[in-house]
Order: sequence, then C-alpha cells, then structure tokens
Amino acid sequence: MSTPITSIPDPSTRYRRTGLRGPNMEMLSWMFMRASGLLLVILIFGHLFVNLWLGEGVKGIDFGFVAGKWANPFWQVWDLLMLWLGLIHGGNGVRTIINDYARSNRLRLVLKGLLYFAVVVTIVLGTLVIFTFDPCPVGADPSLLPSLCEG
Amino acid sequence: MASAQSGTLYRGREGMWSWVAHRISGMLIFLFLLVHVLDTALVRVSPEAYNEVIGHYKTIVFGLGEIGLVGAVLFHALNGLRLILVDFWSKGTQHQRGMFWGVVIVWVVLMAGFLPRHLIHMFGA
Ligand code: HEM
Ligand code: HEM
Repeated sequence: MSTPITSIPDPSTRYRRTGLRGPNMEMLSWMFMRASGLLLVILIFGHLFVNLWLGEGVKGIDFGFVAGKWANPFWQVWDLLMLWLGLIHGGNGVRTIINDYARSNRLRLVLKGLLYFAVVVTIVLGTLVIFTFDPCPVGADPSLLPSLCEG
Repeated sequence: MASAQSGTLYRGREGMWSWVAHRISGMLIFLFLLVHVLDTALVRVSPEAYNEVIGHYKTIVFGLGEIGLVGAVLFHALNGLRLILVDFWSKGTQHQRGMFWGVVIVWVVLMAGFLPRHLIHMFGA
C-alpha cells in the first residue's frame, strides 16, 4: 500500500475569502446554531432542573405531573420553544454530520430525506400534543388524574 | 472534509477531542429527543399508557441512562458555549484550550451535584 498523498493546503497559507458576501443559507444556519444554542441552555437546564432535580426527580413524574405543568401557559410555551429549537438545532447538526460522512450522492439524499421526515413528524406531533392535551380525559381512572378534574 | 485519501490536519489534543465529543453528544441527544417526544405523546393516549411507559424511566437501567443523558447534555451545552466564545470573543481562539478545561471542571462540579441526588431519587432513600 502506498502512503496517502496529503493534498490539504499548508496550515500557514493565508485564509482566502470566498467572495460570498451578505447573508446566505450556510451562514444563516451557522448563526442559528449559535443563537438557538444559547436559548437551549436555559430551556433544557430549566427542564432538567424541574423534572429531575426538584421534588422526587423522575419518581415524581406521571400523568398528573404533566397535567399540572401544562395547566400553566408558561410551561406550554417553554416546552414548545424547546421542542422547535431543539429539533431544528439537532436536525441541522445531524445534517452537517451526514454531509461529512455520507460520501455517495444517493446515500446522502436518502439519509437527509429520512432526517427531514423525522424532524417534521416529531415537531408536528409534539406541537399537537401540547395544544390538544386534555388533563381530564373521560373514562380514565380518577385516581390518576390531577386534582383540578374533581367536580 | 479530510479523509484517509487526502490526509488530515487533526493532531488530537483538546481541540480535536472536544469536537469529537461535541459531535457524539449532539447525535445522542437528538436520538433521545425523537424518542422522548414519542413517549410524552402517550399523554394523548391515556393516563394509564403514559404512566406505564414513564414507569420505565424510574428503573435502575434507565436511571443509569439518565446519568449518561445528563452528562451528554451538560457537556454539549458547556462546550457549545465555549464554541460561541471561540467564534465571537476576540481572544476566543487564544483561550480555547483553557476554556476546554474550564468546561471539564464545570461539568465535573455539576455532575457531582446531580449524581448523589439522582441516586437518592433512584434508590428512594
Ligand atoms: C431524563 C431527563 C428528562 C426527563 C425525566 C424529562 C421529562 C419530561 C416530561 C415529564 C415532559 C412532559 C412535559 C413537561 O414536564 O414539561 C417532557 C417534555 C418534553 N421534554 Fe423532557 N425530560 C428529560 C430530558 C429532556 C431533554 C434532554 C430534552 C431536550 C433535548 C427534553 C425535551 C422535551 C420536550 C421538547 C418536551 C415537550 C414534548 C412535547 O411537545 O410533546 N427533555 N419531558
Ligand atoms: C444545550 C444547549 C446547546 C448548545 C449551547 C449547543 C451548541 C451547539 C453549537 C454552537 C453547535 C455548532 C457547532 C459548529 O458549528 O461546529 C452545535 C452543534 C450541534 N448540536 Fe448543539 N447545542 C445545544 C443543544 C443541542 C441539542 C438539544 C441537540 C440535539 C437535539 C444538539 C445537537 C447538535 C448536533 C447534532 C450538532 C452538530 C455537531 C457537529 O457538527 O459536529 N445540540 N451545538
């Protein structure tokens, strides 16, 4: 086996501008990763703090717990933002990873197709769940429901 | 992208390993999030279905998984902040290595705070 030829430029060569100026898709995507990252720190740390740290942690999570949180529009908006930003940020990040490793055009197309499909379906599903949530479904065992369902 | 055919500039050290860890943690969190929205969606099926599935999160195996998830989220978030500083702070690139160790220290402190409490929740003391 012959030794591979290194065809990357010398690291000390000067950076050359691409000639592309002003906003373009890749630049916006780059900005979005940073802006959404900042917001996600607050959203996710808050989410983990309330759901894993406070009270009994995971042991305290059940249907009534979720009903209690989503009775408050504050947590609905919180979760909605976390859902959209998290999936678009993560999806965009995975797009980069696919671009890096999937070398054939066909494979890249298939993987990105699957990725976009999963992201869209998950965002739609999560959004519907938040907005159509019913804390007192008829016919459910009353002992599992939050106290606001009484009477 | 560098590959085996073209050779690579990466020489290991903090800069490369933080990138590897950032990539793997981001991928893991994304996969978790897809599943997590599905499990949360069970609240629309029935309280019984939701409680049944969420019950698995309270087992020891999942409890350990949650430690891994929190570890990945904390690293990705802290290192993400480091990346933002590298890009936007005029001295960012000069201090990238120091900031990496800063990330590691803050990560260890946060995990040391989280672990005992999580283990107490898990084993229900
Ligand atoms: C083990 C750790 C976690 C637990 C126990 C947990 C628990 C929960 C619970 C109980 C809910 C229901 C609503 C609420 O409480 O706000 C929820 C919703 C949600 N969680 Fe988490 N979570 C965890 C980690 C995460 C992480 C790391 C992310 C982000 C990457 C995340 C993103 C979300 C989103 C987006 C929703 C809303 C889902 C929807 O719209 O249907 N969670 N989580
Ligand atoms: C907690 C706050 C977060 C911060 C501060 C953050 C920060 C960042 C930043 C700055 C990048 C861009 C790296 C680059 O351009 O080279 C990035 C990439 C990425 N993030 Fe996040 N992120 C966060 C949460 C998340 C979440 C919740 C997910 C998954 C749902 C995720 C998945 C990814 C992925 C897959 C990449 C691509 C990695 C790569 O190209 O190597 N991140 N993150």
